[in-house]
Formats: sequence, C-alpha cells, structure tokens
Amino acid sequence: MKSDVMPPAGNGRADAGRSGAGHSTERSGAERPGAERSGAGVAAQALPSTTLGGLRPARSPSGRRNLAPAGLRARRRWARGGLVALLVLLSLPFVFPTWWMATSSLKPMSEILQAVPTIWPRNPTFEAYGRVFTLQPFAQQYWNSLYIAAAVTIGTMLVAAMAGYAFARIRFPGANALFVLVLAGLLVPSEVTIVPLFRIVNSLGLIDTHWPLVVIPVLGAPAVLAVFIMRQFFLALPAELEEAGRMDGLGRWGIFWRIALPLSRSALGAVAIFTFLKSWNLYLEPIVYLSSKDKFTLPQALTQYVDAYGGPMWNVQLAATTLTVLPVLVVFLVAQRQFVQGLAHTGLKG
Amino acid sequence: MAAASVRVVAPRPTGVRASKGVRRDWVVGYTMVAPVVLGALAFVVLPLGMVVWYSLHEWNVLAGTFTFAGAANYERLLADPGLVDSLLASLWFSIGLVVLNIALALLLAVLLDQKLPGTTTFRTFFFSPVVVSLVAWTIVWSFLLQADGGINGFLAMFGLEGPNWLRQGGTAMLSVIVVQVFKNVGLNMILFLAALQGVPEELQEAARLDGAGAWRRFRSITLPMISPTILLVSIITIVGSLEVFAQIDVLTGGGPGNSTTVLVYYLYQQAFRFNEFGYASAVAVLLFVIVLALTLLQWQSRKRWVFHEV
Repeated sequence: MKSDVMPPAGNGRADAGRSGAGHSTERSGAERPGAERSGAGVAAQALPSTTLGGLRPARSPSGRRNLAPAGLRARRRWARGGLVALLVLLSLPFVFPTWWMATSSLKPMSEILQAVPTIWPRNPTFEAYGRVFTLQPFAQQYWNSLYIAAAVTIGTMLVAAMAGYAFARIRFPGANALFVLVLAGLLVPSEVTIVPLFRIVNSLGLIDTHWPLVVIPVLGAPAVLAVFIMRQFFLALPAELEEAGRMDGLGRWGIFWRIALPLSRSALGAVAIFTFLKSWNLYLEPIVYLSSKDKFTLPQALTQYVDAYGGPMWNVQLAATTLTVLPVLVVFLVAQRQFVQGLAHTGLKG
Repeated sequence: MAAASVRVVAPRPTGVRASKGVRRDWVVGYTMVAPVVLGALAFVVLPLGMVVWYSLHEWNVLAGTFTFAGAANYERLLADPGLVDSLLASLWFSIGLVVLNIALALLLAVLLDQKLPGTTTFRTFFFSPVVVSLVAWTIVWSFLLQADGGINGFLAMFGLEGPNWLRQGGTAMLSVIVVQVFKNVGLNMILFLAALQGVPEELQEAARLDGAGAWRRFRSITLPMISPTILLVSIITIVGSLEVFAQIDVLTGGGPGNSTTVLVYYLYQQAFRFNEFGYASAVAVLLFVIVLALTLLQWQSRKRWVFHEV
C-alpha cells in the first residue's frame, strides 16, 4: 500500500544504475564477485552522483558556446558572475549563524550586550567554556546524548535489518499483513501518542530513566522508516547470491549474517546517519520523560543556561551550543557524501 | 509495490505441503520481524487506542479520578477559542513554511544546477544546517533575533531600527518560519537538484532550437518534469510542519499571547503544563485525524496536477 505512494523509489534505483553505482561497485565488488549488480539497488545510492558535485557525464556541452558570438559570450559571463554573487548573498543566513555562535561564545557578556556587534571578539576568552561545565553536569549530559544515540542507532540497524530482510526475502503466512501493521507507524506522529506513552512509562516506573529514549525509538514508530529502507534494499538484492550461499550449506541466519548483511552496508549507513541525528536532536521526549539534570540530554540541557531571572546567559549557552554542534559539523564535512545521500534519500521515503 | 522492486523469491524445491524446511523458514521469518511487530503493537497501536480511550474521559490527575465523559472533551474542543487560535497558528506556520521552503529550495537548486564555479562549496553551506542540532540552531537564531541581537545590530549599522522580532505579534511567527526554513531547506534543495538533473537535456535543446527563452523553458519543460518531486517535497514539508515543537518552545514559548501556539504546542501545554490529560488526548486525536486527512488528500490530488508520473 505504501510503495505505490512512493514513486521515486523505482526511479531512483534506475538513476543509480546509470550514474550513482560506480562508487559502490568499487567497494563491495572488490570482495564478492557478482556484487556489482547489487550496487544498482543500493538504497543510499539512489541519487545521481552528480548531485554530490561529481562531473556530469550525461550533459554534453553541446557546442552552443562555439556558436555564440563574442558579445553574447561576454554577456553570459556577466550573468554568471551575477549568479555567483547571488549565491554568496544567499549563503549568509546558512553560514553566518554558525560563525556568529562560535565567535560570540568567546566574547565576555559585556561585549555581547554592546549595541554595535563586533564581528570578531575584541577580548577573546574561554571563560564561558569553563562555566558550561560548572553550571551543569555538562560532560555527563554530553555522554547521555552520545550513548543514547549510539544505542538507538545500533539497535535500529539490527532490528530494521532483520525485519527488512524477512519482509523482503522470507515467505511466511501473514507477512503482508504484518508489514502493513508496521508501516502504519509512519502515519502516527510521535506527538499523538506522547500522552499514553508517558502513562505507560510512568506505570512501569521508568520516568527519569533513559529506557524510554532507547527502547521506544528502536521498536516503535521511529524505526519504521529504517525497516522500510532495509526492505527496499533487500528486495533489489539478486536472489542468486542467496542461492550460492544455500549451496554452500548456509541456513537462513547464515545467509542473513554472512551474505545479506555485509552487502547492505550502504543502506545500513544511511539508516545509521539519520537514526543517529534523530536521536541526537530529540527534544519533546526528553523533556517529557526526564526531570533531573544529570539525566538530561544535550538539546534539553542547552536551554537550561539561564540566570536567576530566567534570562539566557548567552555566552555560556553559545559555548555549550558550539560544543554540541562542532563535532557533528566536522563529521559532516568529512563524510559529506554519505550524509547528503543518506539524509536526502530517507527524506524522500519519509 | 513499485514494479521495479517486485522480485520473486527464489522457488523452493518443495512439494505442495509445507515441508519441514519451509516451516523452519517461517520460524526464522517470524523471529526476525518479531521485534518490530511487537514494537508496533506496544508503542503505536496500543497508545493509539489508549489516546482515543483517554479522550473519552474526564481525567483529574491531582484528585486521581478518571471518569467516562463521552464526547465532553470533544464538545469542549469545538467551543475552545484557544484551539481555534492554535489551529490558525498551525495553518499560518504550515502555509508560510511550505511556500518559503519550496520557493527557496527550488531557487537554490536551479542556481546550483548552472555549473557555476564553487557549486560544491555552496551546496555544503546550504546543506550544513540540516546536520546541526535543531535546538542548537534555534538557540543561535534566538540570540540573533533578540531586540539587541545580531540582526538588529546589523540593521543599526545602516541606521535602521529592527523590531523585537520574537516578542511582537506580527514578526514572531515569521521568525519561527524563517528559522525553520533555513534549517531544513538544504534537504529539499538536494531533492530538487536530483530531479533537475534528471530532466533530459534533449528536451531543453529542442525547445532552445524552437526559440524558447530560459524562463519559458523552465515553465514549460523543467517545472512539469519535476512536478512529482515538488508534490512529494510539499507533502513531507506539510506533514513535518505540523510536528514543529522545539523551535516554538525555544524561540517564543508559544507567545506573544498565543500567536505561535501551534497545535502540537497546545497539546503539550494541556497535557504537561495543565495536567489535562483527557482533553490533551482529544487534541491528539484531532492532530492524528488532520495528519491522516492531509496525507490521503495529497495522494488523491496527485493524479490531477502532476504531469510527469514516474
């Protein structure tokens, strides 16, 4: 029911076959003969590689430049310069906040409050960074966010890979009905069920623990997207690979662990990226379930740097924010390709 | 199933009746799907039933009473001016977000598709807020949008006096929308970029030979060709916009007045500030119905205005 609702799935796969698969063939094909074709179906590869800044082989320069007279060429150059200027202008609201955050965290409060802002801190100081850790158990909160996100990510990858594989590859009675039941989770926003979930967690005595932040995302509605992506991936995996495994005497679990799972690394990578970020960003659930400061997660902790009158202590808050943002940003810059592919593709599915 | 992904599972060398091996396969299948199926029952189906059940009850948490009230919560819902305000706030937020987001995403994608120098860097810039923590991004913007914050300081350099963005009725909602647009527009931009690059060059070439200008080509070829993506992105953005919570909580707290108290924030306030669990459940049911209706409506309308079906 869900998939004819998602036209780009099939289309994206075809695209990947044309231009996006080159990358994955190198990786998985090296160790397993016959893996090339699986690259074409890899969920995370569905966007054409050109989206990610590679060369664009499909488009020929088509000789129009040669045909254009000199005056037209000059005009075109000016137009292109104008477009670049427009891009520079448009990137300000995307780049400036991050830069402003980092520089402001180095300013003393007096400099922050002054009427005309200073672009670069006049008296840079790391004082605010010290106070980040003295005002709250920030290291503990950082660790909380980190281990919860890691647990949710690993759990989701495992659970979604198993379910996705079974729904795609194993015929058992009631499989379709069960799949529809699981997919229904996509239609239920987490806000709708927050009151009963709070009551359930409360009656189990698990309020102010991290259990609901780990177990509900791994097994509940947030994991459905991951299951769907893994199933799409395994559907496209050539059956011959499994046949070969069966000939070698592998059972179902053996085929799953030794053949299917290693081949699904790119899809698992996409699942890992969006699951980690989702958990890392979770806000409503922590503020509903958690109440003591040493249990808080980062998004929740960031809002707590306020003075006695409830006004934000900007430099401290921005220092904590910088500490939260920079590591993820660095990882993003290093593994940009995986991030963009993983997130954009899962965005399509969601 | 999309046709491309239907694939026949390899035929098994078995007779008509399920053999032992096949049954063993069933067991493996059930075991593998058990976690998500049980999870769906425990954390989706059960809570959904509970929220409907709660919504039919008068629930006083402090006194510990829980009495059947029939449709009383829903009658209250209809007569509640606060709910009307929050529905309007949600409506404005969704409309503003979708219009600005799609327009900007399309503009950025078209610009990045021009083979200009530095395209890769610009793409990184536009996409980077997507990976920045939502609350962190919102806090930084909250800092920038203060009465004496960076944006007004910037305006002051040109002798302009900016408003107190987050504390005035007119600008508070606009600010929340703009912050959200810049946070996530990079994702939609990438989706549009992929769609743009899928438009066959021959069509553009043919139109160019027929004397069509750049704008005409965009209107008559590019736009129809990428309309499925525009629809899809619109749906994702609209449904996502109904779930906006952290931004409201950090930027405005629903204010000033209740001008930015969107439906989800209203639900949160009723449940966790005022302990009105029964009434909040009725709001939750309303939210669910709206999300469901929107999803169905969008897919119904899909055939009517999407030109290029893929």
